Amino acid sequence: MSAVQTTSPPPDDTRRRSPMAEVVFSLLRSKTFLVGFAIVLFWVACALFGEHFAPYDPLADDIINALAPPSREHWFGTDQIGRDVFSRVIVGSRDILTVAPLATLLATVAGTALGLLTGYFRGIVDDVVSRILEAFMAIPVVIVALLAIVALGTSKTTVIVVIGLSFAPIIARTVRSAVLAERELDYVAAAQLRHESAVHTMFVEILPNVIPPILVETTVRLGYAIFAVATLSFMGFGIQPPSPDWGLSISSNYGMIGGGFWWTVLFDALAIASLVIGVNLAADGVHGALND
Amino acid sequence: MTNSAKAENALELHDLSVAYRVAGRNRAVLRNLSLNIRQGEAYGLVGESGCGKSTVALTVVRYLPRNGSISGGAISLDGQDVMKLDAEALRRARAESVSMVYQDPGKALNPSIRIGRQLTEIFELGGITGQAATDRAIAMLNRVRISDPPSVMQRYPHQLSGGMQQRVAIAMALANDPSMLILDEPTTGLDATVEAEVLDLIAQLRQELSASILFISHNLAVVSNMCDRVGVLYAGMLVEEGPTDVVFNDPRHPYTVALLRCLPRGGQRKDQGRLDTIPGFLPGIGADIKGCAFADRCALADDRCRSELPPLYDLSDERGKRLSRCFHHDKAQALPRATPSDVATAPKPTTAPVLRVAGLNKTYASHGHPLRAVKDVSLDLGPGETLGLVGESGSGKTTFARLLLGLVPPDDGGTIELEGKALAPKLENRGDDQVKAMQIVFQNPDSALNRSHSIRHILGRALKRLAGLSGKAQEARLDDLVRSVRLTDRHLAVKPRQLSGGLKQRVAIARAFAGDPRIVVCDEPTSALDVSVQAAILNLLADLQSKEDVSYIFISHDLGVVRYLSDKIAVLYLGRIMEIGPSEEVFSGPHHPYTEALLSAVPKLDQTETARIRLDGEIPSATNPPTGCVFHTRCPRKIGPMCEQQEPPLAEAQPGHSIRCHIPYPELARLQKVGVIEAA
Repeated sequence: MSAVQTTSPPPDDTRRRSPMAEVVFSLLRSKTFLVGFAIVLFWVACALFGEHFAPYDPLADDIINALAPPSREHWFGTDQIGRDVFSRVIVGSRDILTVAPLATLLATVAGTALGLLTGYFRGIVDDVVSRILEAFMAIPVVIVALLAIVALGTSKTTVIVVIGLSFAPIIARTVRSAVLAERELDYVAAAQLRHESAVHTMFVEILPNVIPPILVETTVRLGYAIFAVATLSFMGFGIQPPSPDWGLSISSNYGMIGGGFWWTVLFDALAIASLVIGVNLAADGVHGALND
Repeated sequence: MTNSAKAENALELHDLSVAYRVAGRNRAVLRNLSLNIRQGEAYGLVGESGCGKSTVALTVVRYLPRNGSISGGAISLDGQDVMKLDAEALRRARAESVSMVYQDPGKALNPSIRIGRQLTEIFELGGITGQAATDRAIAMLNRVRISDPPSVMQRYPHQLSGGMQQRVAIAMALANDPSMLILDEPTTGLDATVEAEVLDLIAQLRQELSASILFISHNLAVVSNMCDRVGVLYAGMLVEEGPTDVVFNDPRHPYTVALLRCLPRGGQRKDQGRLDTIPGFLPGIGADIKGCAFADRCALADDRCRSELPPLYDLSDERGKRLSRCFHHDKAQALPRATPSDVATAPKPTTAPVLRVAGLNKTYASHGHPLRAVKDVSLDLGPGETLGLVGESGSGKTTFARLLLGLVPPDDGGTIELEGKALAPKLENRGDDQVKAMQIVFQNPDSALNRSHSIRHILGRALKRLAGLSGKAQEARLDDLVRSVRLTDRHLAVKPRQLSGGLKQRVAIARAFAGDPRIVVCDEPTSALDVSVQAAILNLLADLQSKEDVSYIFISHDLGVVRYLSDKIAVLYLGRIMEIGPSEEVFSGPHHPYTEALLSAVPKLDQTETARIRLDGEIPSATNPPTGCVFHTRCPRKIGPMCEQQEPPLAEAQPGHSIRCHIPYPELARLQKVGVIEAA
């Protein structure tokens, strides 16, 4: 064998970038992703620094100016105790943007672990765990939330746990199907032929290869989680007063739509909608970039 | 064709250049390619993967992918300028005068439409409908020798075997009676027996049809059997062209010479010398080529070759018109070897077998029926020996390998002994030493190497687990290991996807050798590789074996490759050993009728004799194997009802050579003496 044989192919600039760089590159070219990401970024900035640029203290009441329609002083008007709706909408992103991502993170971690377990071991483990997860998925989130609040009391932690655990089975299902396909590949057999532990095979060998579907599922779930947090808050099981949370605000003001005070509800509703749309657009972009 | 008079050439490519646009730049794939195919002629186009063969096929019918463009030249199909056709005329040309058959028939057929519907559709496009279309479809299936066409018409593609699917694809291609048939690797991926069938069919059809054929293949032997003339493509350029037998027997371009030398031919074996290889790599697409494209890999190349593009020299003589794009065409055959042939092999002392398998069975449950994937297999393997496992797909080769490795537990009763100690059926119950003593090189390195890990991680982990090394010691051993498979440090940092197929397979081999194994199972390790890369991998395996005294279990459908590497051969059929014995005896015969059929199915480069034996039909289902001798349904030498009723024993015909057949050994010898079959 000659020495030339050992050289790699001639440097070729058609050689593709590393997988990570390629994904980032195609994300940056995706308009869908960029629009969604901009919306999300805007709300994250509001959540982090909202009180610095909000014109009023979102919690300060001003009974004299209660229920003022949108004006130059109060762009989005004021609510029934005179709080500035514009400031409340800006700062109101904070709780939902803490709770929803944490809930999604919990769902992803738990779902990934369960998906790896069921997909890797298959057989009896898969049968038992999958049936339990399916049973769990059949219970509406609201019922679980009610039970959890009775048991744990209302707190952000409760909301995170409730949403996280209700979403975990859905993520587990996605991960399981990806793992089932990976498991058939020969590198898993090669790991077994090194007497690797199941934990090593699952987390070091298989997990890095199923990251793309997990990432997609997580971003999609984040959209649903935002919606779920807003719903729970609206129903009174979620974020508690005096937070200017959107869902909570809608819940305490929607009775007044009949009186013509639409601004107390509309802007919060639009905020929720824009954030959900933003996350979904970004999720779409991620999905596209990872499946190119 | 609307043209009344047929043009002289069915296809003319003139100065054709094609480029693909990648990352904002046009990259040349075909460079000033000119070739003509005469009416009724079969023209073979050969070359390694990436040299532009399939691009030629796509360009002829202007099927290039969106980023591909024809940057110059002309294509004339039956006198018609393809470049000037508008969309409608192009559609008509594709519908009426050109047909293509692709490599994977499973993908060419629509999985959710019945065969009959897919076939009649073609006639309906031509204005024939209803019963007339059905009749024509049945006639087409008859033409491609499919028995019972009406029932096949009712089936879906997945209900047909690969060979049947490819026949249907050929029937579809022939339906419009094309004047030009393009076959792009039509038999790659099929079993040798099925390949032989499909090639026979194409050869027969050539007699009946007037179609000209463009036959694209990486398999030189197939092209040599099928084609009148052959063109050798390298980096998108024609480097040699001429009548098939002349080019293959008297090549005049160093690339053709080198390609032919990479193949184990005429029963060459590992102890008789190493295969030659082609150093270096094919230039990447769009590479800037100044002189001869092959110069970097050619030992004959001089300064002129590197700076000046050689013209196509006309070397026509009484044997026909031929061309070679080489300044040194007169001494092309004097190309020095890239790999020294010499090997030092000491005769091995016979010692106790390293592996002993007795009565191994594996039964799967398939829809409630037992499926006997491996039945009663017993064999021994000595240290430093190679056992070749051959048989069609579905014969149980891979299952047997997985049983040995413990990846699949065998049925109760059988025993596997490694160096005298019984192995637990399940991998997790085997000792660490036993696990590391038996490793595998998988067929597909893309599946076998974790795509998320760097080569350093992959090999480092293997060293840690299999050799128990860490830190400095691991580093040192890693260096050795990498060098022993002829990789370099530069390859360690990259991920598998950044390596070529051959380099990936080297990594897989290095991983298998990390823990100084006693036995390495090689499951078709070269089937996805080009011949030049295959030769290098086979040499590497042979070198490692003589150095490490490791035993191989070598699975391959390529009998030439098996013969090169194996000391012993076991022929499997429906999970049973039909014949086992020393490699040379199994190949030279007398052998089992199944072995005989397998050997005669192999396309040969040296067209000295025509194959005599063809297997009809398919390998029977293992859930319902034939009674008596399982091979009797296809056996060309069946002797009578005895074969249907009684399963013959695996009887020792010669010391160490056993055959499972009712025909007595001397009788087999007499029957097969008519002509000794040589494997390619």
